[in-house]
Amino acid sequence: MESTGIVVAFYVLSAMTVMSALSVFLMRNLVHAIVFLVLSFIGMAGLFVTLSADFIAVAQILIYAGAISVLLVFAVMLTPLASRNNGNSLYAAPGLLLGAAIAAIVVFTAIDVEWNELTGTALEERAFLDTISGIGDLLLGRYILAFEVASVLLLFALLGAIVLVTDRGEVDTEAEAEDGASGAVAADDAV
Amino acid sequence: MTITLAHYLAVSGLVFGIGVAIALSKRNVVAVLMGVELMLNASNLAFLAFSRFSGAFQEGTEPLAGHTFVVFVLTVAAAEAAVALAMAVLIYRRRETVDLDRISVLRW
Amino acid sequence: MSDAPLQRSNDSAQRRPATPMAQQILDRGSLLDDAKAVPNGLKAAGAVLGLGFLAVNAAIAFIVIDGRLDGEWYDFRDLGNAIARLRAELDDTSAGPWLSYWVTGVIGAVGILSFLGGFLLIGSWIERRLLARFQIRMGPNRVGPFGLLQPLADALKLMQKEVLIPLGADRMLFYLPPILVFIPAMLAWGPVPWAPNMSYLDLNVGLLYVISITSLSVLAIWMAGWASNNHYALLGSMRTVAMMVSYEIPISLSLLVVVLLTGSLNLGDIVAWQADHNIWLGALLPFAMFTFFFSSTAEINRTPNDIAEAESEIVAGFHTEYSGMKAGLFLAVELGNALLVGALLATFFLGGYSMFGLEEWIPPYLILAAKATAGYFAFIWLRATLPRFRIDQLMSFAWKYLIPLSIANVLVVAIEASIAARWDVEGIFIYGSFAIVNLGITAFAVRSWAKVVGYTPDLERPVGTRIAPRIGGLKEAKRIQAGA
Repeated sequence: MESTGIVVAFYVLSAMTVMSALSVFLMRNLVHAIVFLVLSFIGMAGLFVTLSADFIAVAQILIYAGAISVLLVFAVMLTPLASRNNGNSLYAAPGLLLGAAIAAIVVFTAIDVEWNELTGTALEERAFLDTISGIGDLLLGRYILAFEVASVLLLFALLGAIVLVTDRGEVDTEAEAEDGASGAVAADDAV
Repeated sequence: MTITLAHYLAVSGLVFGIGVAIALSKRNVVAVLMGVELMLNASNLAFLAFSRFSGAFQEGTEPLAGHTFVVFVLTVAAAEAAVALAMAVLIYRRRETVDLDRISVLRW
Repeated sequence: MSDAPLQRSNDSAQRRPATPMAQQILDRGSLLDDAKAVPNGLKAAGAVLGLGFLAVNAAIAFIVIDGRLDGEWYDFRDLGNAIARLRAELDDTSAGPWLSYWVTGVIGAVGILSFLGGFLLIGSWIERRLLARFQIRMGPNRVGPFGLLQPLADALKLMQKEVLIPLGADRMLFYLPPILVFIPAMLAWGPVPWAPNMSYLDLNVGLLYVISITSLSVLAIWMAGWASNNHYALLGSMRTVAMMVSYEIPISLSLLVVVLLTGSLNLGDIVAWQADHNIWLGALLPFAMFTFFFSSTAEINRTPNDIAEAESEIVAGFHTEYSGMKAGLFLAVELGNALLVGALLATFFLGGYSMFGLEEWIPPYLILAAKATAGYFAFIWLRATLPRFRIDQLMSFAWKYLIPLSIANVLVVAIEASIAARWDVEGIFIYGSFAIVNLGITAFAVRSWAKVVGYTPDLERPVGTRIAPRIGGLKEAKRIQAGA
């Protein structure tokens, strides 16, 4: 992938994604962190487009930026004002060390291993022109069992979210109904 | 400068490492969930990069299998986010706090 | 003005118009009188321009049928031909496809922005005058001739207002929402096909792209309410977010049946399918069209679903604390979104740029603009007619009525699509019969599902309705005045 457009797009989008992910870590305010998380989702969707995965890119925006962020927002609204900070816990240091170590290992592996990937014209020929029919064929063909299991999983998640939040048989506040509804909606949107 | 598979995997690794750091070191339940979502995103990127760049496939698989797996990961991520946030709300109701330093029943 | 005291009896000999404005409305007459009063010179000029335009288009159409002008760059019935020629020219230069991509991209974006800007100027005027006519009053008529400069005056007023940021509001999150709500309203115009070669973004996933981009505005609205540091704004925005997220599902399901029949997510392919099969998808899928129409009013926060900015209830909902051009952007986006949904309704269900062969004589983009404006007119009509729904009525309507019926609709249309794929019947018979069957199933399902869920009308059905002859309105007032 040598043309100027895609190189510039890749660097801009990956810088945006990594910087937003770092800002999620560094922001003190939880709601600002959510906004930067949405920005990193959109950057990821852009990276998916550079990989010519068009269906996955719009599905990512629809599911992550459209539904899961709304879920996170609702969860933040339903938690108390005093707990809305994004600070590090007391035992943060091992976690940071582990994160840095994993990032270093994966980056080193990525750069150092001989991947034997396609290059040049073979790469151009691979560029997917019609991902949707191909994904549809696979989902209803070879991977149909996984597809059915995923639908059952979504059904259970839907019911589970509603049952968890409902207060023993009756929904007494509109907020709970909305939270159950929003949980159900985000799970439903992923279908 | 050509963009190769290594570039995409490096970005994926960076985002995954940041996600791990967030998930392991934050005090708020919702923040931990944000770290988990970043990790899942990074793995999606790795799947799609391999699907686009990879040379040899076993017989019976094809490049679009990567896309199909990403569809499943998106599905599972959404379902898990819904249930986890429902549990977060429930935790607040029982314990009046979402500070993970205080919810430590399972500690030694 | 007459000195007769106000009469309340039904005696027509003694009725007088109650106020000076009523007298003014009576004197003003109907639209037909207004049309007759246009000076002759203007009428002649309009006739010449209109007929000349039609003549030029007819000439182009004849030449196309003759076979000599087919997709040439000066065939302005499809502006995409000129763009394609420009792109071919720029590709040959040394800069390569990079330059042609940027130039055509900028031209397309400028085209969309200018169309939208022009519409925003006139759309506000159309809406206020139409609402006034529905409510038997006069709209704005002071600012320019017929009040045409009113939107400009509104824009200037908003621009010179002081922008107040409430104390304790989150600064970063306060500045972002007007911009963030404008971006999806612009981006969603990309895939809309204006002519066979003329869509700005010819995406294979166009339909899903439109749905996902409109779901981005949900976050912007929440941000607006949250950053205002105002209980009522937060309440309004949470209700709006819940409503918009709930109504995304019926929209997706009703567009799913469109995809089932046309077999493609590409908006250009959907319009081409309707042109090829000579049937509008709205005639074939009435329930899907109604669901899309009604759920879109919820997505763009218009009456009857505008619980977010119900002026009589929650001041202005999520944009209470916004003043100046920030509020102006919210209002402009609401207008632009209404036209966008009108254009999407036209593309999916009303045939898009095709009109049973008329698109050879009249440019297709004008046909689509007319259909989009007709959709916008339908939104204004709905706003003038229906009262606002409560939030729990809205949510229960989405979850208990629209979603189950939409899922049943998917099942029925899936059966029909597989029948159409297997049998080799002539297209008009099979799709005509599908249309009739769908209409019957829709009517039956809506009625029986309402009974199943337990809908009971609040009022008893009156026995022996009569049509009251003396309700009022312009004709009645004129009749009284003539008889008086």
